[in-house]
Amino acid sequence: MEKSDCEDKKIRCKSLFIDGTKYRTTLNKKYEKRKPWSKLEKNKIISVIPGTILKIYVTEGQCVKKGDNLIVLEAMKMLNLIKSPLEGIIKSIKLKEGEKVSKGKLMIEIGYT
Amino acid sequence: MGLKRKILELHKKREKALKGGGDKAIEKQTAMGKMTARERVISLCDPDSFHEYDLFVEHEARDFDMDKKILHGDGVIIGTGTIYGAPVCLFAQDFTVAGGSLGMMHARKITKIMDHALKMKVPLIGINDSGGARIQEGVNSLAGYGEIFFRNTLSSGVIPQISVILGPCAGGAVYSPALTDYVFVVDKISKMFITGPEVIRTVLGEEISMEDLGGARVHSEITGNAHFFAKSEAECFEQIKKLISFIPWNNTKKARKFEPKEPKPEYKISEIVPGDPRQPYDVRDVIKAVVDDSDFFEIQELWAANIVIGYGRMNGDTIGFVANQPLVLAGVLDVDSSDKAARFIRYCNAFNIPIITLVDLPGYLPGIDQEHAGVIRHGAKLLYAYSEATVPKMTVILRKAYGGGYIAMSSRHLRADFVFAWPTAEIAVMGPEGAANIIFRKEIMEAEDPDKMRKQKVKEYKDKFANPYVAAARGYVDSVIEPEETRKLLLHAIEVSDNKSVFLPQKKHGIPPF
Repeated sequence: MEKSDCEDKKIRCKSLFIDGTKYRTTLNKKYEKRKPWSKLEKNKIISVIPGTILKIYVTEGQCVKKGDNLIVLEAMKMLNLIKSPLEGIIKSIKLKEGEKVSKGKLMIEIGYT
Repeated sequence: MGLKRKILELHKKREKALKGGGDKAIEKQTAMGKMTARERVISLCDPDSFHEYDLFVEHEARDFDMDKKILHGDGVIIGTGTIYGAPVCLFAQDFTVAGGSLGMMHARKITKIMDHALKMKVPLIGINDSGGARIQEGVNSLAGYGEIFFRNTLSSGVIPQISVILGPCAGGAVYSPALTDYVFVVDKISKMFITGPEVIRTVLGEEISMEDLGGARVHSEITGNAHFFAKSEAECFEQIKKLISFIPWNNTKKARKFEPKEPKPEYKISEIVPGDPRQPYDVRDVIKAVVDDSDFFEIQELWAANIVIGYGRMNGDTIGFVANQPLVLAGVLDVDSSDKAARFIRYCNAFNIPIITLVDLPGYLPGIDQEHAGVIRHGAKLLYAYSEATVPKMTVILRKAYGGGYIAMSSRHLRADFVFAWPTAEIAVMGPEGAANIIFRKEIMEAEDPDKMRKQKVKEYKDKFANPYVAAARGYVDSVIEPEETRKLLLHAIEVSDNKSVFLPQKKHGIPPF
């Protein structure tokens, strides 16, 4: 009896490496759907909460200093003023006033000077 | 008025009240594929055993023309009954009456039966089918929820609390089930969420159906909020009855003893586990090979399936089982599996149910997502739960028990009472490949043929450490046993642990890593 359940019960097994050892096993949905990690890029302004863009204070090509107003994002009945986290040039604006944004959307990209 | 007429009057009043929201509303409920609240409590309890109270309760609301509305029983049924002879307290929200909405008197009925359950020390079963707070009753409705949550918490660990979701259960209402011990859901009928699809669409602009947001499958597979998934209400009630047969009525009692039975012969314990620790198998087959009648009642089968939890009987007594599942994610510990097992262990401990742990795991699941999801904090729950548990704890190490996983899975060091290991057990600080790569790094790197050297060193390490005897030499393992001896030794261990008593330091309560 050296046959595993992969063959016995005709279960589709895959491989999982742990500490250099390859295990035969099945993977669950959560594991297969996990998102690859990426480093947070400070110059990319991402919506941390879904909501509506009420105001955009900047235009493409404009120079901004750290702390300058960028956008007002209304979410959960709150007006969230989003400020520039660094000094640079507005490289691109990915949305318009009045637009609804979902969580995790790239809103503004700032180029380094 | 003569007695006869007065009795007749009672009959008339009863008849009216028992109709709930009336024929039309009942028709609607049936059209949705749902049983009525009264049908539910009656089919859940032993025949003729359900007795209803507060049938004639009426609401007191005056605003918004509520004074002109009659809501029979204020939209909820409460009562007592028996399930397989076990006394239980029940409430069932009646969706036919104002959508089962929760007003002040509705809540007062629920808290009345909850107080009763706690006082009488019997299980509480709540059937949820409600549109939520009765908006017309304003803050009184919120007060009602709060009173229910408080009692859920007070009763936690004293009496078993079971929630059955047979309709919508939305907003604040979800927190009563969340505070209870077991949540039962039925496919296409149960819906649970804090904010519904409507709010999500208007606020966030995202489209999702109720089913995809908080249907029975979602809570059984993704969130882990539900413990039992059924395809129909009838199947759900059978599951509840079976659970009631396994658990004690309260925390001062033991579960009822059943007629002892031998496991079924088709589960041959020595033929389930492959010798190669990298090959999978279904650990539930091992459980079935040791429990009475091979009857294993699994909890949260669809969520975090890399660990298996549930009840079985040995010599007629209820035992809680926790087992790594090599068939899913190689049986690793991760955020969800630690959460799942830790809560179950605490339940067993609160209700005097001995715990048998079957160990076969390569360790913790590596990954950035796991680390960032707080596997440190969640993993710690498992250590906490095993360490604080004072019920008899028996551990069988089937194959791999590496590193932190070995410690966490009811090891001697967390005060397991009996630790048995099969000859196939590998109790080591890590898997042979990983260990050899670290210990013999220099030799491997400097070798003419590093691959050959690595293989040789892995074999060397395996021969010396990948066995149960190093741990047995320190007494960390009490006995190395043949697979066939497992049931016999476990039965003996349970027998001699019957009067186990442990003294813990005095404290108000511990601070588990919630």
